[in-house]
Amino acid sequence: MSAQTYYVPEQSRFPIFMAVSLFLLVMGASSTINNLDNPDSNSSYILYAGLACLFTTMFFWFRQVIKEHLAGLDSNQLKTSYVYGMAWFIFSEVMFFAAFFGALFYVRSFAVPWLSGEGENGVGISAIGLWEGFESSWPVMTTPDKGAEYALAEKSMAWPGWGHALEWLPLWNTIVLLSSSVTVHFAHIGLKNGDRKKFNRFLGITVGLALIFVGLQAAEYYEAYVHYGLTLNSGIYGSTFFMLTGFHGFHVMMGGFMLAVMLARSVFAGHFEDHDHFGFEAASWYWHFVDVVWVMLFLFVYIL
Amino acid sequence: MSAVIENHHDDHHHGPAKGLTRWLYTTNHKDIGTLYLWFSFAMFLIGGAMALVIRAELFQPGMQIVEPEFYNQMITLHGLIMIFGGVMPAFVGLANWLVPMMIGAPDMALPRMNNLSFWILPFAFFILLSSLFMEGGAPNFGWTFYAPLSTTYAPPSVTFFIFSVHIMGASSIMGAINVVVTIMNMRAPGVTLMKMPLFVWSWLITAYLLIAVMPVLAGAVTMMLMDIHFGTSFFNAAGGGDPVLFQHIFWFFGHPEVYIMILPAFGIVSHIIETFSRKQLFGYSSMVWAMLSIAILSFVVWAHHMFTVGLPLAAELFFMWATMLIAVPTGVKVFNWVATMFKGSLTFETPMLFAIAFVVLFTIGGLSGLMLAIVPADFQYHDTYFVVAHFHYVLVPGAIFSIMAAVYYWIPKWSGNMYDERLGKLHFWLSFIGVNVTFFPQHFIGLAGMPRRYPDYALQFADWNMVSSVGAFLFGVSQILFLFIVLKTVMGGKKATDQVWEGARGLEWTVASPAPYHTFTTPPKVD
Repeated sequence: MSAQTYYVPEQSRFPIFMAVSLFLLVMGASSTINNLDNPDSNSSYILYAGLACLFTTMFFWFRQVIKEHLAGLDSNQLKTSYVYGMAWFIFSEVMFFAAFFGALFYVRSFAVPWLSGEGENGVGISAIGLWEGFESSWPVMTTPDKGAEYALAEKSMAWPGWGHALEWLPLWNTIVLLSSSVTVHFAHIGLKNGDRKKFNRFLGITVGLALIFVGLQAAEYYEAYVHYGLTLNSGIYGSTFFMLTGFHGFHVMMGGFMLAVMLARSVFAGHFEDHDHFGFEAASWYWHFVDVVWVMLFLFVYIL
Repeated sequence: MSAVIENHHDDHHHGPAKGLTRWLYTTNHKDIGTLYLWFSFAMFLIGGAMALVIRAELFQPGMQIVEPEFYNQMITLHGLIMIFGGVMPAFVGLANWLVPMMIGAPDMALPRMNNLSFWILPFAFFILLSSLFMEGGAPNFGWTFYAPLSTTYAPPSVTFFIFSVHIMGASSIMGAINVVVTIMNMRAPGVTLMKMPLFVWSWLITAYLLIAVMPVLAGAVTMMLMDIHFGTSFFNAAGGGDPVLFQHIFWFFGHPEVYIMILPAFGIVSHIIETFSRKQLFGYSSMVWAMLSIAILSFVVWAHHMFTVGLPLAAELFFMWATMLIAVPTGVKVFNWVATMFKGSLTFETPMLFAIAFVVLFTIGGLSGLMLAIVPADFQYHDTYFVVAHFHYVLVPGAIFSIMAAVYYWIPKWSGNMYDERLGKLHFWLSFIGVNVTFFPQHFIGLAGMPRRYPDYALQFADWNMVSSVGAFLFGVSQILFLFIVLKTVMGGKKATDQVWEGARGLEWTVASPAPYHTFTTPPKVD
């Protein structure tokens, strides 16, 4: 295909299948959630059907894109479009996390102090006798209603001090995730130098570290729920803690899955060349993004 | 599959596929643009019908036609449908049709994702509308869905609403990524950034805003979902959260959203005024910089929607001044449009009538916005019909007039046929009168103190409400005429020339009318 001709793909069934899958997924999710108290409900089958359709469609859609690429149908322009598209997608993800970080900063800087009677706004709140005796602190261990509606946690996940640093899971998680960003970079260097063995080895290590991270995160949640009584229901600290780390963990799973797919493509199908491997690069960008989010989490959710 | 791949080189010599699958499987930006435009028109009629339910109820004081609960569902769905189903998809449809033609690209950058962005929408709105038939009724908390009305006191259908917003947002983000990538990567050689048509510029900025704020909306509805079903306390002070936090997050999305609905209109109107003034647009680069400034400012003005919730004084002052600052770039744009018309050889075809009405009436909406930006004044105006009048002035004779202007302006290029000028002018004058009769009196009843979102009102507001309702029905019925004109044009009529309008400039006017199914298979030459 010469540079002077544009690429226009033929018709495709994937988009409409994907739209139907999403429809099943969200209808199933909504009715499942609305029927959580109803053991006779079958809504979750719609949810599972939606998920199955979604994954199937995505599998065949990506397979098609890879086939077209290997057949040499992608113009340089289209390759650049994929690069830009991924970059803007990551930007949208940044903004998604920004909403939750914004909520965290707002409650820590404004809402919680006001509720305890601090500042111009707090004066009004205490003047009408709302939330009497509520002390502002972070993490909020005693909620303003003193646990009337919410279940109070005994312990938070915050920095335990140097004496207990080594038993503190978030520190290990940080080490694991930061290392995985380095190993994925080594894999990239290996690939660029045409060293497939190095690429496979380091990508494999990265996927392994991703699994370890998810495992540690699960252990942390288990500890929080079972030993600390820290749950989604423990007031604003639990809310922000689980939503931020939970969405991050979900993104780690997605990123780890993407990297695992790239590993499988390299090992079993011999995909990727030293000059042509944007599929892998996109996944590694995503991985670095997930890593940066973790650094922010570590600072603002755990340490400060 | 591989056979399909081998065949695909010949593909762009082919016309559209036959039958329904053309629309289901299409990757063609013109087909997808058409789908978007028809979908948005359908939503415009549904949302309009809901508006007429509201105006019928408000025709007289007292409860006449609907129950208050149903009235609340109507105001909620009217807002959501008009914004997310009417205005936004219409602009995406116009972007699909026009951006590739204007920059000399063969299609959108990511054509399959383009089709996905569209096909999510019918499902999303099916879910939203089906909530009308669910137990407890449709969402009834207003389109801004403030907590705790939308959390603690919401009907069960709120879960469906949340997920419908999620997939609408996914559709918008994908559509916006597609537009940004198309504009950044697919311009024909010679189409430099500062030579891009203003509609393309306006959409580049709009798409950036969409990618930046739709995820924030997703975050807001996710927190709602968690608060309602999974015990979190983001918006509940008893657990240390804050209902006002919802408003901050919502309006951080909501204010850029307002500009998402007006920036493409700025682009459209600039093209139309230039063409029918038969002059070069006055101040092209200042137009670009004005749009960029508006977009940047849109991120630091959100709390002007919340002056009465009890913000600290410093915040009120900051958001007041930041909001007033927006009047500067907006004023630059209005000045440039007027300066373009000054000493031009003006003719008043239908698109030009809509564009001039846009400039005048949007300015009225802008000025009432300036009044609302003033904190002490806003304490009086907040949540009255003055606010309703304000945002309907910027959205109906603003956004929607610009969409209609765009349809009249470009439909000869799309269909190959000229529309009926006499009917077009009739449609314009009916709409123009209808809009003003509907919304101008709402300034008066708002200043007199009538609150918004109530199905009943005090007797002193009766006269102007009646006038407003008459205007609403006039405006509503005249849109049937619009449908008729568009159908008539699509089916036949005087053949359009390639250039269509005497003063029209730009790549889209160099191709045949109707534009061929695949416009540019090789990059056009641009000086």
